[in-house]
Amino acid sequence: MKVLVPVKRVVDYNVKVRVKPDQTGVDLANVKMSMNPFCEIAVEEAIRMKEKGLAEEIVVVSIGPAGAQETIRTALAMGADRGIHVTTDAIVEPLAVAKILAKIVAEENPDVVILGKQAIDDDANATGQMLGALLGWPQGTFASKVEKTDGGLNVTREVDGGLQTVAIPLPAIVTTDLRLNEPRYASLPNIMKAKRKPIDAKTPEDYGVDLSPRLQVVKVSEPPKRQGGIKVESVADLVYKLKNEAGVL
Amino acid sequence: MAALVIAEHNNQSLNEATRAAVTAAAKIGGDIHILVAGKGAKAVADEAAKIEGVKKVMLAESDALGHKLAEAIEATVLSVASGYDAILAPASTVGKNFMPRVAAKLDVMLISDVTAVESADTFVRPIYAGNALMTVKSTDKVKVITVRPTTFAKAGDGGSASVETLSAPDASAKSSFVSEELSKSDRPELGAAKIVISGGRGMGNGENFAILEKVADKLGAAVGASRAAVDAGFVPNDYQVGQTGKVVAPMLYIAVGISGAIQHLAGMKDSKVIVAINKDEEAPIFSVADYGLVADLFKAVPEFEEELAKLGY
Repeated sequence: MKVLVPVKRVVDYNVKVRVKPDQTGVDLANVKMSMNPFCEIAVEEAIRMKEKGLAEEIVVVSIGPAGAQETIRTALAMGADRGIHVTTDAIVEPLAVAKILAKIVAEENPDVVILGKQAIDDDANATGQMLGALLGWPQGTFASKVEKTDGGLNVTREVDGGLQTVAIPLPAIVTTDLRLNEPRYASLPNIMKAKRKPIDAKTPEDYGVDLSPRLQVVKVSEPPKRQGGIKVESVADLVYKLKNEAGVL
Repeated sequence: MAALVIAEHNNQSLNEATRAAVTAAAKIGGDIHILVAGKGAKAVADEAAKIEGVKKVMLAESDALGHKLAEAIEATVLSVASGYDAILAPASTVGKNFMPRVAAKLDVMLISDVTAVESADTFVRPIYAGNALMTVKSTDKVKVITVRPTTFAKAGDGGSASVETLSAPDASAKSSFVSEELSKSDRPELGAAKIVISGGRGMGNGENFAILEKVADKLGAAVGASRAAVDAGFVPNDYQVGQTGKVVAPMLYIAVGISGAIQHLAGMKDSKVIVAINKDEEAPIFSVADYGLVADLFKAVPEFEEELAKLGY
């Protein structure tokens, strides 16, 4: 199999983001950026497929500013084979991302595209499914287990209330949930080796996709702060207050 | 103006999240129709027809729809989509699975996890795990929206809509159902429970969750967990409350041995009353708790159960 893994560069998950005072967005100046954690899981899954002899080649794609190249290098250092960097400074919505990816799929002909289920910046949870629809491919989303079968893949999915397993014929889309695997750290020799792996430089124009956003950002604001309450001295006091003050018992 | 709401259900009964989506649809305005895609789901359609403000219910049935396969639901929704100004579904794992496919096929950008409807084209949605709220104005002709069920009131009964049967079209892409493992529990579902009691890493192990279960059974509460407790293998993932798990907003949320990572707070901070029991008085959970108790949970929780018994629980 050939595997395509799209990855996104996002604010590191340990950073507490701050809303800009003018409410135009969140402050990204001098903030640590990393590969989206769900994308890391996608890269790891592809590498495990290769290590099991199920996949021959792993191609990593990132659509974003110059810095996204670092994210691709991270994936290459983990074990992906080559990269495609579609450079743009624009904010690209999942629909436009899916359209660019659909064009890349047409050129690269992968058997499976593995994506993170959502990016931890916009939390949209949409790109994989949108790509599936544009390509007319089946999908196994929110995967906690992926197994190769004769006809395709069996994907065990994290759903409300438990797990569901679906069988999908190839070519197909898989999106990753947290428990699918634990991504590896790249070793120093592999980081050095990754510097020589090829990255194709592309632009959105190469794919003829209109990036104009469909959603205009009116404002970005702080969520209402919840006020901390009081400390109670004992369990009896707690139960008394829940019953007589809060009225929830 | 007309809006189509895709019902959330288990083929037997309507999930309450559907009523939240109906409320969101009512805020957008116009007629409201409901699509029930399932198998043997006539009772669900009848229930949906009674929701106040609903003009029409459509019922489409097939095996694939019964198993909620995304490609099948996508094809069914698209077969009736023309003429609607808005298409809404609860932001459940089912809604999140097929709605982006519908949006892509209609060439519109999905507006996911909407927490407020400002007008027919302007919506609020959380980003960065709820650390910021983004208000967006959609320029697309059709608004395709998933709705966070906990932030909208549940539309009540009072309607008497007609129920029409549709034939389920064939999906172009096909996945097929293999198996399902749903947690069996007599306790209410996390998303719908009026009281939730959750345990964190402080629980120490999975067996210790038994003390929370005892309290839950007294109160008719659901049992949840923080991601730390899930990652440590104490309880299954579907217990998880937080950014990457369930978002809940019960009347009473009791956090036991949970420090209160941002990730967890994102999933429960809209609860009406929050109680935190933790031995670390510096734990961030206390900054959002209405009532905090600094105590050893292994003493406090059984004592809490005894106090409840005194009240007749």
